[in-house]
Amino acid sequence: MSRLRRFLSTPEAVAGALILALLAVMALVAPLLFSGDPQAIAGPALQPPFQDWSLPLGTDRLGRDVLAELFHGARTSLAVGLAAAAAALLIGAVVGTLAGFAGGLVDEVLMRVTDAFQTVPSFLLALAFVSIVGPSLGVVVAAIALSAWTGPARVARAEVLSIRERDYVAGARVIGMHPLEIAFREVLPNALPPVLALSSVIVAAAILTEAALSFLGLGDPNRVTWGGMIAEGRTVLRTAPFLSIVPGVALVLTVLGVYLAGEGVVESTAVRRSLS
Amino acid sequence: MTRALRLLRRRLVGSVFVLLIVVIGSFLLLEAAPGDAVDAYIVSTGGDAGMIELLRHRWGLDQSELTRLANYLWALLHLDLGQSVTFSRPIRDVILERLPTTLILMGSATALSFGLGSALGIYAGARPGSFRDRFLSVGSLALYAVPGFWLGLVLIVVFAVDLRWLPIGGIETIASAKTGFSRAADIATHLVLPVSALGFIYLALYLRMMRASMAEAWRQDFVLAARARGLTRGRIVLAHVARNALLPLVTMLGLQSAQMLGGSVVIESVFAVPGLGRLAQEAVAGRDTPLLLGIILVSAVLVIVINLLVDLAYAFLDPRVGAGEASA
Repeated sequence: MSRLRRFLSTPEAVAGALILALLAVMALVAPLLFSGDPQAIAGPALQPPFQDWSLPLGTDRLGRDVLAELFHGARTSLAVGLAAAAAALLIGAVVGTLAGFAGGLVDEVLMRVTDAFQTVPSFLLALAFVSIVGPSLGVVVAAIALSAWTGPARVARAEVLSIRERDYVAGARVIGMHPLEIAFREVLPNALPPVLALSSVIVAAAILTEAALSFLGLGDPNRVTWGGMIAEGRTVLRTAPFLSIVPGVALVLTVLGVYLAGEGVVESTAVRRSLS
Repeated sequence: MTRALRLLRRRLVGSVFVLLIVVIGSFLLLEAAPGDAVDAYIVSTGGDAGMIELLRHRWGLDQSELTRLANYLWALLHLDLGQSVTFSRPIRDVILERLPTTLILMGSATALSFGLGSALGIYAGARPGSFRDRFLSVGSLALYAVPGFWLGLVLIVVFAVDLRWLPIGGIETIASAKTGFSRAADIATHLVLPVSALGFIYLALYLRMMRASMAEAWRQDFVLAARARGLTRGRIVLAHVARNALLPLVTMLGLQSAQMLGGSVVIESVFAVPGLGRLAQEAVAGRDTPLLLGIILVSAVLVIVINLLVDLAYAFLDPRVGAGEASA
């Protein structure tokens, strides 16, 4: 309880937590509140917002309910952001642990591969991956994870390098544990905290990358995405700019919420560390 | 100078390995793509099974994967990136034609984000914890949360559609037959919006880094010494705190170049700027995988070169870099 209170001690963290809670509610109630297909026609095309209360945010170029699309888009953004970040953290932690714990040639090869991934612009890599394998939700998640695991890998490796010299690792060796077992059961869990500290930045980047991919038409065509909505609205930018503005504001608020909440967590743990 | 040369040699050796991994990776992606160069060629020209067989043999596509990888590497060594299907021209020529535009866009956006970002960072970091510091911190976080392509659209709505101050897209006025200075001015006005959209996103990064780096520098002993010598606050901020806090930002310039290249893909698409990024999108739209991988390879080389230059600049700015390896 006191941990939660410490986390909510700054106004920024409270704002971040509120935004994320609102977003989670939106994503959860989307299928209940808007049970039909969000891509189905709901009214006349290009109806401006705040005119008809059955369609509060109006309709897009094809007469689809913008509010329903916004709610369903929150589902996609959150799902892709969280799944891609989890996958990137997992790959990064495993690669970093292997490189740091094995050392020698394994370390050298894995780190050069990490360098190579960092040399290629990550968005170009994700773009190429999706365009070659074909756009679907799973592929988009994989593409984003593939372009985001290098940061966690470097942090995990640095942490493992210091942990592997500890006494309990030597102890595990003495009782005859297999090196891989030591790496993943003794070292990896202890190396995780600084890696997890990256998660807010990675979730935010994943949400932005997904939006940019679907903006360029490489999102899952069967899902409503905020990036796709912005691209749709772009064709009528002169006459109906709100169609691009509304999902964009949703994106900015979401990413900002992730950043603010992430900073709150880091700050509250930093206070705890400096107190102990 | 030998210090810088030593650094350069070590980095170059590492870069060759990294580049080799990128090449092998892109070869694997090329293999994973459905269809090969002959399929793509036949789609546009037509031909029977015998011709397909003949072309596969002539282009060496019926050989083993290892032989093909060797051929691919051999061609790359001769700076041959293959033939673009969508443009029916050598990929190298298409990329070289688009590269300068992207370099101008990236260079201007980097100058904007680095210059304005570090200046605002100095302003915020001059008084850590003050109102303007908190305001700029939250403000920069909000800016960092904005997707670049959306910022671009908003800028278009405001400055090109509503106010009509600036052109909506493209790189210069079509068929205006402008030359010399007026053509340069024309290109500059076309670049204002894309450069702002790309630069403002990364501005937040430099601002936050400069601020954090300044907060760190305030705690150093040399600041206390400067205070004890009775220097004015302004002089301490600029000549002692900011000057030392600037070094980590130089490293960031290199690391950020890859991100900026990725960001320029969407920005160039939004503003219809005919650069490398828009070429990547055209390659995706035209299912031109070899062209897309050519762009990735060229981007990787570009990122490596930029990082080498940044390392050299860093060695020049900080005499401690590389000095410890005199015996190595």
